[in-house]
Amino acid sequence: MHYRIEIIPLTQDLDITGKKVAKKISTILGIAIQRVATRTVYSLYSDILEPDARKFGEEIVNSVTEKVNLGEVSDNQWTWAIVIGFLPGVTDNVSNTALVALGDILGKDAQDVTRIYSSMEYLFYGTDLDRPKVESIATGLLANPLINSILCLPRDECTSKGFPVNQPEYIISTETNVEKINLDTDDDCLRSLSADRQWALSLGEMKAIRDYLMRIGDTAGRQSVGLDKRATDVELEVLAQTWSEHCKHKIFDAVIEYVDENGNKEIIDSLYKTYIKKSTFEIADTVDWLLSVFKDNAGVIAFNDDLDLVYKVETHNSPSALDPYGGAMTGIVGVNRDPLGTGMGANLLLNVWGYCFGSPFTASEEVPAGLLHPERIRDGVHQGVIEGGNQSGIPYALGWEYFDERFIGKPLVFCGTVGTLPKRINGSLGYEKDILPGDLIVMAGGRIGKDGIHGATFSSEVLTQESPSQAVQIGDPITQKMLSDFIIEARDLGLYRFITDNGAGGLSSSIGEISAVSNGCKLDLSNAPLKYPGLQPWEILLSESQERMSLAVPTDKIEEFSALAKSRDVEISVLGEFTDTGKFHVVYKEQTIAYLDLEFMHEGCPRMQLTAKWDCPQLNDPATTDTVPESNLEQLILNLLARLNICSNEFKARQYDHEVKALSIIKPFVGVACDVVSDATVNMIAPLSKEGIVLAHGVLPRYSDIDTYHMAASVIDLAVRRIIAVGGSLDRIAAIDNFCWPDPVKAAGNPDGEYKLAQLVRANKALYDFTKLYNVPCISGKDSMKNDSTKGGVKISVPPTLLFSTVGKMNDVSLAVTLDAKKVGDLVYIIGTTGREMGGSEYHAMCDLTSGAVPGVDAISAIRTYKALSSATTEELCHSIHTPAIGGLAAGFAKVAIAGRLGLRINVDAIPVSETLNLIELLFSESNSRFIVTIPPRNQSRFETVMADTKIACVGEVVGDEKLMFVRNRDLVVSLQISDMIKSYKTTLDSR
Amino acid sequence: MSSKVKVIIITGYGLNCENETSIGFEICGATTTKIHFKDLVADSGKLREHHILAFVGGFSFGDHLGAGTVLANRTKYRLGAPLTEFINDGKLIIGICNGFQTITRMGLVPALGAGDFESEVALTTNSQGTFRDAWVNLKCDPASPCVFTKGIDKISLPIRHGEGKFVAKNTATIEKLEEKKLVALRYASADTTKIATEFPDNPNGSENAIAGICNSSGRIFGLMPHPEAYLSPYNHPHWGRQKIDGTLPPDGSGKQIFDNAVNFAKDNLV
Repeated sequence: MHYRIEIIPLTQDLDITGKKVAKKISTILGIAIQRVATRTVYSLYSDILEPDARKFGEEIVNSVTEKVNLGEVSDNQWTWAIVIGFLPGVTDNVSNTALVALGDILGKDAQDVTRIYSSMEYLFYGTDLDRPKVESIATGLLANPLINSILCLPRDECTSKGFPVNQPEYIISTETNVEKINLDTDDDCLRSLSADRQWALSLGEMKAIRDYLMRIGDTAGRQSVGLDKRATDVELEVLAQTWSEHCKHKIFDAVIEYVDENGNKEIIDSLYKTYIKKSTFEIADTVDWLLSVFKDNAGVIAFNDDLDLVYKVETHNSPSALDPYGGAMTGIVGVNRDPLGTGMGANLLLNVWGYCFGSPFTASEEVPAGLLHPERIRDGVHQGVIEGGNQSGIPYALGWEYFDERFIGKPLVFCGTVGTLPKRINGSLGYEKDILPGDLIVMAGGRIGKDGIHGATFSSEVLTQESPSQAVQIGDPITQKMLSDFIIEARDLGLYRFITDNGAGGLSSSIGEISAVSNGCKLDLSNAPLKYPGLQPWEILLSESQERMSLAVPTDKIEEFSALAKSRDVEISVLGEFTDTGKFHVVYKEQTIAYLDLEFMHEGCPRMQLTAKWDCPQLNDPATTDTVPESNLEQLILNLLARLNICSNEFKARQYDHEVKALSIIKPFVGVACDVVSDATVNMIAPLSKEGIVLAHGVLPRYSDIDTYHMAASVIDLAVRRIIAVGGSLDRIAAIDNFCWPDPVKAAGNPDGEYKLAQLVRANKALYDFTKLYNVPCISGKDSMKNDSTKGGVKISVPPTLLFSTVGKMNDVSLAVTLDAKKVGDLVYIIGTTGREMGGSEYHAMCDLTSGAVPGVDAISAIRTYKALSSATTEELCHSIHTPAIGGLAAGFAKVAIAGRLGLRINVDAIPVSETLNLIELLFSESNSRFIVTIPPRNQSRFETVMADTKIACVGEVVGDEKLMFVRNRDLVVSLQISDMIKSYKTTLDSR
Repeated sequence: MSSKVKVIIITGYGLNCENETSIGFEICGATTTKIHFKDLVADSGKLREHHILAFVGGFSFGDHLGAGTVLANRTKYRLGAPLTEFINDGKLIIGICNGFQTITRMGLVPALGAGDFESEVALTTNSQGTFRDAWVNLKCDPASPCVFTKGIDKISLPIRHGEGKFVAKNTATIEKLEEKKLVALRYASADTTKIATEFPDNPNGSENAIAGICNSSGRIFGLMPHPEAYLSPYNHPHWGRQKIDGTLPPDGSGKQIFDNAVNFAKDNLV
């Protein structure tokens, strides 16, 4: 039987979704709408009788605010309707929960006798709508054709036929089949094979596979399992995943010939080993808190006697470009699984997010065909991470946005998670784990569908018109929450020996990687639980269906493990066993479908040989005084505060929970009205604990336009000094590097690849130099190397972007400091030197200038400053500390004043400088390693003593007048009302 | 210090505030048991051994089909009888955020009518249409029978919800709530002198600025703000200023609510 159950808001006033949609239609699409009414429809296909269906409706409706109809309600006022459901096979979380509810009402499991599909119906009132307008509302605002079924219906069509039935049943009739592919063929055939099947394997890699098969094809081992010199499609798919740029990081592993601006050549044998790993391993010789780096899903550092800290930041750029909501949600719940799969499984503590977008104010005609508008991407990405994080019960501790028009092609979506690992779990070290031959391969969590197949290879490619729709996945945070709760219980009971997550490449990657621990596996895909029948074996192996973890469970624990899973509503399946045969052995219905040497899988990929050529950009440094008269300064500062890269994004940020777990000490927004973005945040490690975690970040993509070496140095300095600014210290800071680059491999469509590779080399050189100097090791990281789009025939590449995320330890959270001015009469100090470093600055971007020197970093004096300032905060000498970054001292002073709702009177002549500067340079230069500090006058002499070896100057005081005032040569050159600055700072993204 | 007051906290299905809620009760001297819903169903007699039951915050079943709906149904169908016994014994129940949504869906508050498990009020989508995390100022009603807010005049706590707008079935319901003084907690202006009618002081558009209500015995209490997120004085957004001004309290103010519950149980239920 089919039952249609409608849930309808009781009154127009209670239809919040309808009102919100109507508003968006007018603000975003510019279409005037009289009214939009919404209703949720559940389509039940079930053997249950009508009274039960009716009861189901009555139980799920909230009778205070909604009404329920069995069948279709008669309403003859609306003119058009849009019906939005899910395409076959796409995760429909609401309908899954509806099944649970139905089961409770019936008193038995409803899953086997019932299918439920959910859909939303939007009814439009008003006469001036036509099909094109309605379709633009449907696809431009409400739904994504990649995941949704969309129907636009005029009233008369429904009157005659009724509402269409929603039944997105996924029926595949194809027989399962394993193909044998002969690779003993010419180069052209190898090339087209790889391209046709979306393997993204190069000719060299195809040849390496061919040579391997020719060599081992006739061996007894391969023949004994029924295979020969031909590869199975499963084997090739597995290798394509394992060797993808996404999983293998081939560019970071390449042999690079680097030529500098003077023509000097240097051979770099892997950027990763030469710079990132080298720095960390050298630091590891000098500190005792680096426990597990670069080898697990996330890095682990020691925190205190009971807990270790786990941190990882990932990107999810390509999926977010196609389906911002689903892609970004998968980004956050996906990175949650990294700490969960680190060591014996970490408890998830804090989330971080950061996004690089095109301006939401971009004119529609400037967006190339086939790309989503940046505002839609931004809305969707936020919504996905908001729902993913909130529903997982993990507070966000750090969130930021950066805007540049070059992120229109591909947004960058960074999501990260901090976790805690008990130092010892059942007597063993929490960050260590093992697999013994004979242990069972167990998959726990969601079922397998076609979701995200080829995600790993696809994200290693340029975004084109043909990018696959199956690359889109939708996360289910609640399934994952139940899974992670279960994992922690099982961990503490000692029910498994090893755990890892299923991410890119699915089982193929997770089991492929961890089999190396015991040196082999025999994986049987016949037992894998599927969302729907008809998946090919290679699809089961590669599927990136979410919410899954892979474990090694000893045979004597499997019974208890299964029983616990059942009682927590978590589905698990045993998929074979780990061996010590040296083989990645996969069977399906007793037939071998893959039989590869693990050594070949992991070591057989030929390394890339690349060339990098650095060419110093020739940029003039115009005299900035000539460009803007100083008399416009006040308006300039107001304009600066309204810039996307400086203004408040509080409207979006407040939709993320940052208080759950009761840990927050310095929140993402601070000040009297909690409306100014904090430099960094502090959270307790556990409720009521004295010890805290400090999180900060640095990202400055525009500096890359001039020199990526100084860009990287600057983001490192920024991410470190932000920790100092909230009261942290240099003692124990670890970092995560995330490189998001435009394609740095020279090719026909990418003529400047060698320059972009040189930019990558230089960023890595700086990363080595400055992580070493600051003693801040990278403990984990990720790179994303193909952030280009050719959609609509326009090539758009992101600026080379390095996100440097830091985590520090604070021994006493009660010593933390916020940036807001707190008391009238307090003295204002500037720490650090300002130089003529306007290159890449927000001021230059505002004036359309692209020149000048990017801020450099003097690490030796910075370290001296940071140590002294940490002593000052330990002695509780400072009332506020802020470290200026984008927008320089002008933005910095403004934020201190706005946050405190107090005035500042600043003598700009007193600001320490490295050379003579004009007022524009003084206020807008983005020189590194500086702080604005306020102290009570009674602490002055002690503060100056503590800071004796550093560059400091008392530049003014906190005043009762609600004005920011700059005095030069005794003249008041700037006097800005705080209320005007608040308006500038908060209006740009207000309600957006 | 430890009393014999025993608190039971239901977990699972996407609930997520069990840890801090448990700590909130324990620092007030109670003993707490966190138990997965399914384990409690399997051993529902356990409920009888406890004096206070907490429905904590989180996203049970992802808020799909409306916040609290599926958990409320499941509780009604699988724990209905032992829960009724617990209530009839005069024991305490607190529902925080998702827990408040759940107990209103079950009709445990305000329970004005005779009908068992009948919803009379609802927490629906915020007027602003979005989830919101912000600290709010709250005013307690000294005349309310509510056990949990006794002696508290004003308090600031964080709210974190997308569905927290309080609406009643009809005006008669609201009038009865007010008449019986069941509105224990209201959103207030920054100086807590006025009831908050406008955003952001009233963060979700709640009728009569209602943030928390109790049943007529005052022993069942539901609220949208999170007292368990203000256990440490350093949780408050302005602790830095309070420290400078010398007004930093020794404990987070949220603790008072747990203190009241534990003290009442100690005096009346143990």
